[in-house]
Amino acid sequence: MSIAADDGPGMVARAFRHRSFAIGAVLTGLVIAAALVSLFWTPYSAIELAVPRKLRPPSAEHPFGTDHFGRDILSMIMVGARNSIVVGVVAVAIGCSIGTALGLLAAARRGWVEELVMRFSDFTFAFPAILSAIMITALLGPGTINSILAIGIFNVPVFARLARGAASTIWARDFILAARAAGKGQARITVEHVLPNILSIVIVQATIAFALAILAEAGLSYLGLGTQPPLPSWGRMLNDAQTFMYDAPYLAVFPGLAIAVAVLGLNLLGDGLRDLIDPRLARKR
Amino acid sequence: MAFFLLRRFGTLIGTLLAASLVVFLVLEVLPGDPAQVMLGVDAEPSTVEALRRKLGLDRPPVERYLAWIAGLATGDLGISYTYSVPVSELIAERLVLTIPLALIAMAMTVAIALGLGLYAASHHGKPGDWGVMAFGQLGIAIPNFWFAILLILYFSVHLGWFSAGGFPGWSAGILPALQSLLLPAISLAIVQAAILARVTRSAVLEVLREDFVRTARAKGLSRRQALWRHVLRNALIPVVTIMGLQFANLLTGTIIIENVFYLPGVGRLVFQAISQRDLIVVKDVVVLIAALVVVVNFLVDVLYAVIDPRLRTQR
Amino acid sequence: MTLLAVEDLTVSLPTRRGWARAVRDLSFALDRGQTLGLVGESGCGKSMTALALMGLQPEGARVAGRIALDGEDLLTLDEADLCRIRGNRMAMIFQEPMTALNPLQPIGRQVSEPLRLHRRVGRAEAEREAVRLLDRVGLPNAAQRAHAHPHMLSGGQRQRAMIAMALACGPDLLIADEPTTALDVTIQGQILDLVIELVDERGMALILITHDLGVIAETVDRVIVMYGGAGVEEASSEALFDYRAHPYSQGLFAALPQIGLARGARLEPIPGTVPDLADLPDACTFVDRCPIAAGACRAAPPPPLAVARGHRARCIRLEEARNRSIR
Repeated sequence: MSIAADDGPGMVARAFRHRSFAIGAVLTGLVIAAALVSLFWTPYSAIELAVPRKLRPPSAEHPFGTDHFGRDILSMIMVGARNSIVVGVVAVAIGCSIGTALGLLAAARRGWVEELVMRFSDFTFAFPAILSAIMITALLGPGTINSILAIGIFNVPVFARLARGAASTIWARDFILAARAAGKGQARITVEHVLPNILSIVIVQATIAFALAILAEAGLSYLGLGTQPPLPSWGRMLNDAQTFMYDAPYLAVFPGLAIAVAVLGLNLLGDGLRDLIDPRLARKR
Repeated sequence: MAFFLLRRFGTLIGTLLAASLVVFLVLEVLPGDPAQVMLGVDAEPSTVEALRRKLGLDRPPVERYLAWIAGLATGDLGISYTYSVPVSELIAERLVLTIPLALIAMAMTVAIALGLGLYAASHHGKPGDWGVMAFGQLGIAIPNFWFAILLILYFSVHLGWFSAGGFPGWSAGILPALQSLLLPAISLAIVQAAILARVTRSAVLEVLREDFVRTARAKGLSRRQALWRHVLRNALIPVVTIMGLQFANLLTGTIIIENVFYLPGVGRLVFQAISQRDLIVVKDVVVLIAALVVVVNFLVDVLYAVIDPRLRTQR
Repeated sequence: MTLLAVEDLTVSLPTRRGWARAVRDLSFALDRGQTLGLVGESGCGKSMTALALMGLQPEGARVAGRIALDGEDLLTLDEADLCRIRGNRMAMIFQEPMTALNPLQPIGRQVSEPLRLHRRVGRAEAEREAVRLLDRVGLPNAAQRAHAHPHMLSGGQRQRAMIAMALACGPDLLIADEPTTALDVTIQGQILDLVIELVDERGMALILITHDLGVIAETVDRVIVMYGGAGVEEASSEALFDYRAHPYSQGLFAALPQIGLARGARLEPIPGTVPDLADLPDACTFVDRCPIAAGACRAAPPPPLAVARGHRARCIRLEEARNRSIR
């Protein structure tokens, strides 16, 4: 039931006939492409100031207009995509790897280990990403690392619970019994049999968590706790836009659209993946 | 039931203590010398020393933690370093904005979500259902602070119906105060409602397939009567779960939204405290919000037992 | 006067491959005090018949023909009028008492609900009546149990509550859809006896749906054997246990060694599988599994032919079937 097993012929064709997967893949692809292109080329510099052409409304020259320092909004959004993706990927990787490991451990060891992991998860839920970010900022000052840590910590219990639940059902299966009869240890069974079987659920959740991470990063950088200037970030751009709301309302439109497109794309992609990998999963969790 | 509540209450106290310990460790022990952090690196050693003594930071950490916990329990949160007033007063005067805002937003969320969710479920597969689903998908993707900015752009900048932010205070009268909370509450509620409406819809659809709904119809109840008398309460079980999680989102959402609308609530307070390095206030506000999240989750569990008799008899 | 007259009842369900006729041209009549059994394998259309009688067929289904209750055609009534009849003049007992009761409501309240709905009695009066009904159906400690939620009762007790609920308004017609299938074998007899006792006591008509021929033998006056949505044979239960005219009925009984046959008699499975309703041609529904099918069987659906007085079968090769059963 792992992805590899489902990767038979026609999988790709089937995927693109699935409406939410197809739309999600296109939107996500758009955001990733913008981020990749920004590594080599942006229409203008996203960082250097060009005050003479400040606050220009959208035009052929600047499709999304310019900000109060004259920077091209389109270029800033492209570089901002990079920032969102980096924060999202690293934060989800942290949360996913630690959380899944804890969940697998809990399912394998049961007893007090499981109880401890679950209580730890309950407890971590008391600290939404913003609270963690506030504490980390008070400790280390604001910055990109701050967002990554706060969102990563927030994701640990999410993945721990998911992995424990899924792994527990796998441990109850017959083929695990066979593996134990063959003398394999808990660690080996976990790696060889349990992990491959819960991987698809974890990947689906990671896609959704990625979407939520982009949303959270935008919130943190809007508040000034995340990525710091001069590096552009979507949330920060919205904060700046608010200052010039009367003069340049368009400034508030495009960064928000970028966030919405990225999050919508990843969510649809996650929904689609879930349906495609295993239709039964759609109901289970 | 009593056993269930008692055990759950024990977990609540344990979680609260653990949360307070983490906050204490991160904000008072990890920084090394909080007094130095508050005053900055260029401060005179004698000034730092004075502040340290004033805040009782010269005592051992265990003693400070216990004193802080005792203070939290009795409402004595110490004196703010920047404002020079008791932190409890500071928080109390901000809570009169934050709590009503969160409650109004939650009430709006529930009203919109239940309405749309029920509508979509009873029009399953029809255009109205698709509309609610699309609204739900969009609602998840739109950040609440962006939505708030768009609301300000349209209603304040374009139409001029509302001021773009600020809070006149309850002393200015209920109506002006509520008016200034309206846009913030809407921007918090719409996004949450979109998510909750989807949950409600699928919960209702799930229950509609149950045998007992057919039994209700066989008794002579109309579709609508069966929905209200038998489906709704059963569907509330998953809805309440998500509502509990959403209240946490709503609380952290108010931190952002208060900053969007320049509302002097707890969210603004904690940001001002961060920029002024007032660790005392940061510590107290963070633990307060964490405690609210934990307590709401506890209340959700209690609500379960009220809704579902099966939980009451189970140990 | 006839209580229930069903004429050419046809229920069609929308499927991806077009309309599937789950019930086709079913006709029967029932008086007060009479009991009728609908018997057949799962998927033969017996439950769909019951739902259609109640007007509770799945959304999108088409119901044609005539269902007359005391001369009034239910298929011409609007939803509001049907609601006034359901649970009032006709009531239904479902198969799975665990899921057919609302888990969040005390059973007393669920039993009193039809009374409050149709008789407009107050809550207190309805609850008192509910306790009387629960007592009548043999629920021990009915006054206290009325406050219990379904999960606190055993399967048999829940089914007793279901029966009390169906009886609340004193219906003329009771439809019981496999009322004992989900219960322990020891309880099944008790519940069945209770249903029969109550039907006798109140002079109701009963339609009992079952796949269990043993149940049929003990409880009902007349039987309709259903296959592929069609009523293939109708007879008094005595006559049917005496002689099966339709090849399907013969197969069905042969698959049941303990009924009417010597112990240890060889089980004779019916070859083939239950047909997919969407693919059924306009022919005898049993033709693909019938051991004596002929070309004419595929030409048109067979009409009901008289076997004896009050005994009819939809089969055009009754002679061959008779010879085969004697062999």
